[in-house]
Amino acid sequence: MSSNRQQIFLDQWKDDAPLSVRFASYCRACYGRHMLTWTSDATAPRSTWFLRGARAAFSLPGLILVSSFIGFAALAKDAGVTVAQAAFMTGTVWALPSMVVLVGAIGSGAALPAAMFAVTLSAIRLMPMVMALAPEMRTGKTRRCVLYLLAHFVAVTSWVLAMERLKRVPPQMRTTYYAGLGGTLVTTNVIVVTVVYAVADALPSAVSAALLMLTPMYFLTSLWGSARERAGHVAMVLGLVLGPVFHIVLPQIDLLVAGLIGGTVAYGLQLWRRKVRAA
Amino acid sequence: MFILIAGFAATDIWRFLGVYLGGKLSEDSDLLVLVRTMATALVAAVIGNLIVFPGGALAHTSLGVRIGAAALGFGAYLVSGKRMVVGIAIAEFLLLAGLYLNF
Repeated sequence: MSSNRQQIFLDQWKDDAPLSVRFASYCRACYGRHMLTWTSDATAPRSTWFLRGARAAFSLPGLILVSSFIGFAALAKDAGVTVAQAAFMTGTVWALPSMVVLVGAIGSGAALPAAMFAVTLSAIRLMPMVMALAPEMRTGKTRRCVLYLLAHFVAVTSWVLAMERLKRVPPQMRTTYYAGLGGTLVTTNVIVVTVVYAVADALPSAVSAALLMLTPMYFLTSLWGSARERAGHVAMVLGLVLGPVFHIVLPQIDLLVAGLIGGTVAYGLQLWRRKVRAA
Repeated sequence: MFILIAGFAATDIWRFLGVYLGGKLSEDSDLLVLVRTMATALVAAVIGNLIVFPGGALAHTSLGVRIGAAALGFGAYLVSGKRMVVGIAIAEFLLLAGLYLNF
C-alpha cells in the first residue's frame, strides 16, 4: 500500500464518516486501483455495461475468491458433502463463511434448527453490506424486485468490487453492471467447486493440505480487514480461542456459544470503554 | 432441502432485509454493533476450529505447524499493510515448508 493511500485510509478511518465510506476506503487501501479505468460513456448500450461488470470479476479480489472456493471444494469433499450439494450450496447460499458453517453442521450431523440458527447468525453481516450498496444502485426508475434479485449476489468480494467501481458507472447502468459482476462471480465459482471436487482425489496430500489451509487464511485476513470497530477485532480474537475450546466442551453447539459469548463480551467491552472515555 | 432451508433461506433473509431497510436504519446503531460482533466471533470460531481441528490431509500436519503458519501469515498480512495475498502466501509457504521438513 503506498504511503499516500495509507494516509487517506487512516484519515477516513478516524473520522466519523459513514461506515460504508470507511469500509470502502479500507478496500481501496487494500486492493488499490489496479483495474483499468474506462471513461463513463453514458451512451454505451446495456450489454456493454453487463460485459464490463463481468470483466471486473477477473481481478485480484476475484482471484483470491476463486482460490478460497478451491479450498471450500476440498473442505466439502472432506466433510462428506456430495458434489451436487456443494455446487448447489455455492449458487444458493453464496457466502463462504455461511457455507463453511453449513458444511460443518452437515458433517457433524447437527439438527436442522441448530444448523439454521448458526448459518443465520453467520450471515447477519450481509444486511449492513446490502444496506450500503442498494442506495448506490437505486435510481428513480429502478424496480424493487431487481434490487432484491441482485442482493443475492452480495458477498464480501462482489461488494468490495462494486463499492469501488460503481461510482464510475452511469447510475442507470449500475444494476446491469452489478448483475454482470455478481453473475460472473457466482457462475465461475460454481464451476470451480465442481471441477476441484472432481480432481481433489488425484491431488498429492501436501497440495490437499495447502488447499484446506486456504479457507481459514482467507477468512482470517478478510474478517480482520472488514471489522469496522475495535470491538470487531476483540470479538475475532475471542472467537478464535473460544471456538476450539467449546468444540471440546460443547461439540454440538460450539459455534453458537462461541459467537454469542465472544460477541457479547466484545460488545460489553466497547460499551465500558465508551463510558470510561465519556467520564 | 436441508441446504435450501438452513443455507439459502438463512442467508438471503438478511440480504432482503438489507434492501428493505436500506437507508432506514443507521449502520452505527448499538443493536447492529452487537449483532456484528456476535457474527464476527462466530466466524472467528469457525476459523479457530478449521485450524485446530482440521479434516482430511490437513489433519496429518502437526498443530504447531498450522498455528505457527497461520499466526506468521497473519502477522505478515498486518505488516504488509493488510495485503491479503501476502498473508495467505506466507501461511501456505510455511505450512508446506513445515510438511517437507517433517515438523
